Amino acid sequence: MKTLEMPTFECETGNYHTSCPISCVAWLYQKIEDSSFLVVGTKTRGYFLQSALGVMIFAEPRYAMAELEEGDISAQLNDQKELERICLRVKNDRNPSVIIWIGTCTTEIIKMDLEGIAPKLEKQLGIPIVVARANGLDHAFTQGEDTVSAAMTHRCPEYNHRTTNQRKGDVARRVGVDMVAPNKFVSDEELKLSRCNLVLFGSLPSSVASQSNLESRRQSVSVSGWLPSQRYTELPALGEGVYVCGVNPFLSRTAATLMRRRKCQLIGSPFPIGPDGTRAWIEKICSVFNVKPEGLEERENQIWKSLSDYLEVITGKSIFFMGDNLLEISLARFLIRCGMVVYEVGIPYMDKRYQAAELLLLQHTCEKMKKPTPRIVEKPDNYSQVQRMHELQPDLAITGMAHANPLEARDIDTKWSVEFTFAQIHGSVNARDAPELVTRPLRRRNDSILGCRSLSRQTVDV
Amino acid sequence: MKLAYWMYAGPAHIGTLRVASSFRNVHAIMHAPLGDDYFNVMRSTSERERDFTPVTASVVDRHVLARGSQEKVINNISRKDEEQHPDLIVLTPTCTSSISQEDLQNFVDRASLSSESDVIPADVNYYRVNELQAADRTLEQITRFYLDRARKRSTLDRSVTNAPSANIIGIFTSGFHNQHDCRELKRLPGELGIAVNQVIPEGGSLKYLKDLPRAWFNTVPYREVGLMTATFPEKEYGMPYISTTPMGISDTADFIAQIGKLVNVWASALSEKRLNYTLYVENQTKFVSQAAWFSKSIDCQNLAGKEAAIFGDATHAASITKILVKEMGIRVSCSGTYCKHDAEWFNEQVQGLCDEVLVTEDHTEVGDTIARIEPSAIFGTQMERHIGKRIDIPCGVISSPVHIQNFPLGYRPSLGYEGTNQIADLIYNSFNLGMEDHSLDVFGGHDTKEVSTKSLSTDRRDINWTPEAESEPNRIPGFVRGRTKKNTEVSAKQNDIPEITIDVTYAAKEKSSP
Repeated sequence: MKTLEMPTFECETGNYHTSCPISCVAWLYQKIEDSSFLVVGTKTRGYFLQSALGVMIFAEPRYAMAELEEGDISAQLNDQKELERICLRVKNDRNPSVIIWIGTCTTEIIKMDLEGIAPKLEKQLGIPIVVARANGLDHAFTQGEDTVSAAMTHRCPEYNHRTTNQRKGDVARRVGVDMVAPNKFVSDEELKLSRCNLVLFGSLPSSVASQSNLESRRQSVSVSGWLPSQRYTELPALGEGVYVCGVNPFLSRTAATLMRRRKCQLIGSPFPIGPDGTRAWIEKICSVFNVKPEGLEERENQIWKSLSDYLEVITGKSIFFMGDNLLEISLARFLIRCGMVVYEVGIPYMDKRYQAAELLLLQHTCEKMKKPTPRIVEKPDNYSQVQRMHELQPDLAITGMAHANPLEARDIDTKWSVEFTFAQIHGSVNARDAPELVTRPLRRRNDSILGCRSLSRQTVDV
Repeated sequence: MKLAYWMYAGPAHIGTLRVASSFRNVHAIMHAPLGDDYFNVMRSTSERERDFTPVTASVVDRHVLARGSQEKVINNISRKDEEQHPDLIVLTPTCTSSISQEDLQNFVDRASLSSESDVIPADVNYYRVNELQAADRTLEQITRFYLDRARKRSTLDRSVTNAPSANIIGIFTSGFHNQHDCRELKRLPGELGIAVNQVIPEGGSLKYLKDLPRAWFNTVPYREVGLMTATFPEKEYGMPYISTTPMGISDTADFIAQIGKLVNVWASALSEKRLNYTLYVENQTKFVSQAAWFSKSIDCQNLAGKEAAIFGDATHAASITKILVKEMGIRVSCSGTYCKHDAEWFNEQVQGLCDEVLVTEDHTEVGDTIARIEPSAIFGTQMERHIGKRIDIPCGVISSPVHIQNFPLGYRPSLGYEGTNQIADLIYNSFNLGMEDHSLDVFGGHDTKEVSTKSLSTDRRDINWTPEAESEPNRIPGFVRGRTKKNTEVSAKQNDIPEITIDVTYAAKEKSSP
């Protein structure tokens, strides 16, 4: 039996740059349409949000700061009364279906009992209050979403076989809304569908979510709900007999909560990033439901073919991930499959159990593409990474904004990692988006210096 | 607890970091949780900085919380010392370190034993001061540290330079057009025969700080940062300073007159002839600066009596108010600042120049005030620009906070004579152009947009408009439309009219016209 080369895991000092996990409100408030986020913390966090979110802040966002002042820190003011006053204003101004409190480092340090206060105020105000501790003491960037999703799992209705069967038609109709071609239903198929109860977790833009629904639907596996859902009032039912599957690599806490607290069954699979990831993801889901996947290989090949213009640019180029948003392993795997050489994968936190399938696929991909397995550096040290980069001279560095301009000035091309968090990179339909981002700096160089043909979307996408 | 969506001035540590990273070869270490080093992002994106921002975090995590930082901060200091050999390491407290009450002074004392760099803790109280106050304090702290040390080691050179010279204090990173202002400020004294001794903190080197008192005087172009640094050499070394901001023609002339006074004090002692700058000022005012001519030209006639609202930091808001009122004949309905700590000075400056003064840190209050006044143009920060967009009023950005587009690559000073040109352009371009304005008046506007009923204050419409009446205000030029609508509604309310018909609008119009 052939053994695969295991990736090496290292752990550095943790002196790296990333976003504060409270930045998750930026995409979550847009995802959960009837929510209102309240970040409980000091000016430092407020200033971060407003400088990180730039333009969005002016579009009347449904999030706000409960800014802690000296009186709050020294406990001269009563936390519950203060929060009550503020939540009442939020309720009057916005009338949300749920208020989500984001605890920060400050509330951790002064041990503000948000979880204790929330149920009391919830009763008083008549509005659900969900508490998520998305602080920089424990988490990095995208893990903020993980804490919010994990907190939301407790609010999902209980799944009950009998009631669900009664509501079967109801569920099918709801799924139908998301479908592009809902009229292809066959009653026989419908019966099969109701057997598999699949809830996907991870916040994706609604268009990407319905694409994923469609994709699994093609394999006769229906998605019964998403966590988080488009509206708080539409959270999916959870419980024994419900299968759950993550779409993003940073959701390990949510996965654990789903398994342990809601007794759901987790489908451990690679993440649907890149055509290879998407195929492996669907195959894994199908295998759980005993469905034989159809046409996946052709579909994957077809997508790869459509990527050929990008592949031409990146094949053989080298890349260095500094580590920022936990998407690194999946992206590295995809880019190796695209023919790139990955020198290093920095990552804030590595959950080897939750990402097991993804890591395995990474190994297989390296072997298949005959590329060296990259070293995986947890809690990286940015200073040392820059030193290493000077030696390795990668063609591209995926890095945070703090390092991008300085690295460019040092003749290392960069792509900001944060863009991968916001871009639509999931599923086959969006397979072009990740290479579009990755090749952008490389194409720019080619265009300006070598006068190569432009690869911008307008000319190629025909 | 305060409900907040946005803030004008950042938290204290940002001020400290801005000062520290402006000096050459100074490194700041923040005692902060992961993700709090976003200052690096701000600096490297908005200022398009090519170098790594010399700020690292000594990350506070669960372990630190449970057991204290122990060796972690000290190790991080020593490590930076070895890696990059900075002249100075500034240990920067954040909200987290003030709550966890770690003894930063103790870390500094221990770390400085082994490190070659100097190490100081920024003496800033997170909960009491904002970004600007902290920057002011940190700049003073660093300057004092090196001057005191030089005095102790008797390396302090207190003899003034032979030729007249000046220090420029308070130019630093992320400041509104600071780089351009600095160039202009160096040029201005140059033309007066005055050398620039040092500029701090931007690009300043700590090695030469001890020579700071060799200048004849200090200039502090911006009120927010630098005054503390200028006042202590005045007390201790009798070094005078000029705190007038040379923005606008008259304040620039005043600035130069003050320089003349200071220089001439020494002139007799150095047995040189007295310097007279009147001719220079006259020449600059008339010919180098176009602003004086511009305000006489017919373009500016159209601006007469137009109303403006102004909001920004104390320096810029006060100066722009003076320029609009005194130099361009524009009526300022409201002038305001978010520098609450400097409210007294601000009030004094704009006294008698505007109808109302607004001192607040709450952007919704600013928005509501502007919506109520409905000026023809706003001069404010990035936030006022967005307020203006929402209620269809043009806005010129005159002060921080700003974003990347206000770090222009081209030369755009606000200070000195070139500054007067830039400001005149900004003001003129912000108002609707004269003829366009006039023709809109005559032809009833060329836009077919819906009536703007957007107001920032929660706009409860308890009065109905009939469709014909609704279309009536569309025929009025956009910039007075809101006011006409409001007048009509007020008049309807006064007369107990439940629904506004076309007759009511005409009646209201008749009543309001003189």
